[in-house]
Amino acid sequence: MANQNSDSKIIVVTSGKGGVGKTTTSAAFATALALRGHPTVVIDFDVGLRNLDLIMGCERRVVFDLVQVINGECTLNQALIKDRRVDNLYILPASQTRDKDALTLKGVARVLEALKKRFQYIICDSPAGIEHGAIMAMYFADEALIITNPEVSSVRDSDRILGMLSSKTRRAVQNLKPIKEHLLLTRYLDKRVDRGDMLSAKDVQEILAIKLLGVIPESVSVLQASNAGTPITLEKESDAGDAYHDAVARFLGEEPPKRGKKGLFARLFGN
Amino acid sequence: MSLLDYFNTQPKSATLAKERLQIIVAHQRRERGSSMGDFLPALQQDLIEVVRKYVEINDEHIKIRVEQADNYEVLEVNIALPESNIK
Repeated sequence: MANQNSDSKIIVVTSGKGGVGKTTTSAAFATALALRGHPTVVIDFDVGLRNLDLIMGCERRVVFDLVQVINGECTLNQALIKDRRVDNLYILPASQTRDKDALTLKGVARVLEALKKRFQYIICDSPAGIEHGAIMAMYFADEALIITNPEVSSVRDSDRILGMLSSKTRRAVQNLKPIKEHLLLTRYLDKRVDRGDMLSAKDVQEILAIKLLGVIPESVSVLQASNAGTPITLEKESDAGDAYHDAVARFLGEEPPKRGKKGLFARLFGN
Repeated sequence: MSLLDYFNTQPKSATLAKERLQIIVAHQRRERGSSMGDFLPALQQDLIEVVRKYVEINDEHIKIRVEQADNYEVLEVNIALPESNIK
């Protein structure tokens, strides 16, 4: 698993609001990147309310966690869980018994530095809110996925998070190149948008004025996959899974495959 | 605009959402950044004029300052009233 350090990217998956799909997205994105052969680790920053392990289906294999690594109670290798389905994919779970204050910038920095030596992509699954835990998850990020539902409170919270990304992170504080922001719309209902009852992807993109990476449709397959502990990007016949794969392709600078009528993104943006 | 839209005079709820959000986001974005500092001199001038309607004060009797805390900014307005010249 040798990897060139300079190539590593830290990606925070964040939103402000809870329940919009951060963990689903973190699991889906990490899995899709690993399926493409990129060494990837996904970290649960929701200390006290861990859930990534459940969505990834490895909850029974959690022994050590992020806080214990930070506190030196175990090694990084002991805490990393290797995915059994996908090569190159690892999970670093959150602690269930501690709270978010157990995270320190110094400690997080040390863990991320060690992970950078092994992994090309480090996905940080942020807790909801705009407090300490969310700042810990975003502080060292190079890029950010802003998970937004086409709904007023989610859009407003996403804008708050954009404000924090541009002021409370390492890149902001040290006056470096700003974090690259990507908008990912989730739980999108085409029919409601057509009826004028739901904000369209274009509306949200115009309001937040950041680049749209993808549109993930509301789908029963997301619920089913979470029931089974399978990242949605491992499901073969899922519209949401396909949309995540397309978003990952765009993230990597590729042109996603044409999906005929179903391509929501293509339909919205006419290409 | 489709024919359907043409006959629909009620604004769609998504349109309302967009309008409201545009105002909120513009407001939030004005608040952050360093825009606070930009309007302070004007605010100070306005405050002086308002207070002068009731009390005789000089420019230096009003002091305005913005303090940065962790997650918020505090706008501190200090008006020193000279003794016994309330109109």
